[in-house]
Amino acid sequence: MSMTKIYKTAEDAIKDVIKDDMLIHAGGFGLCGIPENLISAIAKSGVKNLTIISNNCGVDDFGLGILLKNGQIKKMISSYVGENKLFEQKYLDGSLELELNPQGTLAERIRAGGAGIPAFYTRTGVGTVVAEGKEVREFDGKNYVMERGLFADIAIIKGYKADKFGNVIYNKTARNFNPVMATAAKVTICEVEEIVEIGKLDSDNIHTSGIFIHRLLQGMNYEKRIEKVTTRDGSN
Amino acid sequence: MAWTSDEMCKIAAEMEIKDGLFVNLGIGMPTNIPNYIPKDINVCFQSENGMLGMGPFPYKGDEDADLINAGKQTITALPESSYFDSAASFAMIRGGHIDLTILGALEVSTTGDLANWAVPGKMIKGMGGAMDLVSNIKRVVILMAHNSKDGSPKLVDKCSLPLTGVGVVDRVITELGVFDVIDNKMYLAKVATDVTVEEIRQKTSAKIEVR
Repeated sequence: MSMTKIYKTAEDAIKDVIKDDMLIHAGGFGLCGIPENLISAIAKSGVKNLTIISNNCGVDDFGLGILLKNGQIKKMISSYVGENKLFEQKYLDGSLELELNPQGTLAERIRAGGAGIPAFYTRTGVGTVVAEGKEVREFDGKNYVMERGLFADIAIIKGYKADKFGNVIYNKTARNFNPVMATAAKVTICEVEEIVEIGKLDSDNIHTSGIFIHRLLQGMNYEKRIEKVTTRDGSN
Repeated sequence: MAWTSDEMCKIAAEMEIKDGLFVNLGIGMPTNIPNYIPKDINVCFQSENGMLGMGPFPYKGDEDADLINAGKQTITALPESSYFDSAASFAMIRGGHIDLTILGALEVSTTGDLANWAVPGKMIKGMGGAMDLVSNIKRVVILMAHNSKDGSPKLVDKCSLPLTGVGVVDRVITELGVFDVIDNKMYLAKVATDVTVEEIRQKTSAKIEVR
């Protein structure tokens, strides 16, 4: 089996594909399941005017917040950006564009993009600003708004383990947007905590098939920051 | 005496949480509702970032960065838990498979319109999953303070803030009472201890029907 999709570092994996003005899917929910190494590599590459599709935009000094601080992001397509002061400041002073999508609409737009579906109808957002300028159509007595599929130039995603074929599994809620984004880009680059030999993963439990993963790397030095450490009293 | 926020959670648990339901709780006050569910009632909590069967917060030292809820708090799993991606999670929500959602709000109108995601010029946090939840889940219950910090009513004739959904709210629980939206009218269903209907009317701009 060809192993050419494996790269040594995140810098190597993005080097000849990342360019200014690109549309990029970035996996993760909050700081959970984000491609830390690939974000750092994009920061170092210095590319600009990026439009980034990601549920959130990190926090001020971590995750996508790093690209925001560097002024590399022109526009965000997100559902919730409330954890980031710098984001608010840049949005209010006009240096950052923002397209807010309902979270389910965002996920489904990406799923549709990856499945070759140009548009779909949903109840979500009918009668709100989200539906403004979009087709609203009645089915079985209820109104639905038309939303478009979303396909990106590059997807950067984070898995837990992958085999050398590119089959990926995720860990717990770090799965989130990663599998859908993997399907919806010209080039999907995946970083994982561990790359194993082909045959070491259970074929019945692969979350993303290798066909969707164009480039693969084993990440390093995961920080895995927790946004809101919340515990209960007592102990095990 | 108006209800405390703990009492509001208790009332929400008693009135809404029935055995066997699949429930999605919003960020903030609704997160405390599980503390008031009797042990003999089994409910299953969904977290829209991609988990069904959410367990309690972890003990100190057991936090897992890969296991969080939709409010980005660390949580735990249960034996029946399952994980899935965001599209599958919202297929669960948008396909009408979840029975109940309990959320916070900025404004609710007489006809059940909901505003809870933006204050133009002041707050641009975003709607997250709220629009999906209220547009597609079978029952939508709001848990909120009766008035905003400056005293202005949050139960209003018509919402002034950007809407989350139109005609989506079934019930509102505030510290003053419980209000049901039925056929585009708002009915008083329960009054807090020692609170009068006059007091409620004074603090409310929505038209309240008393049966």
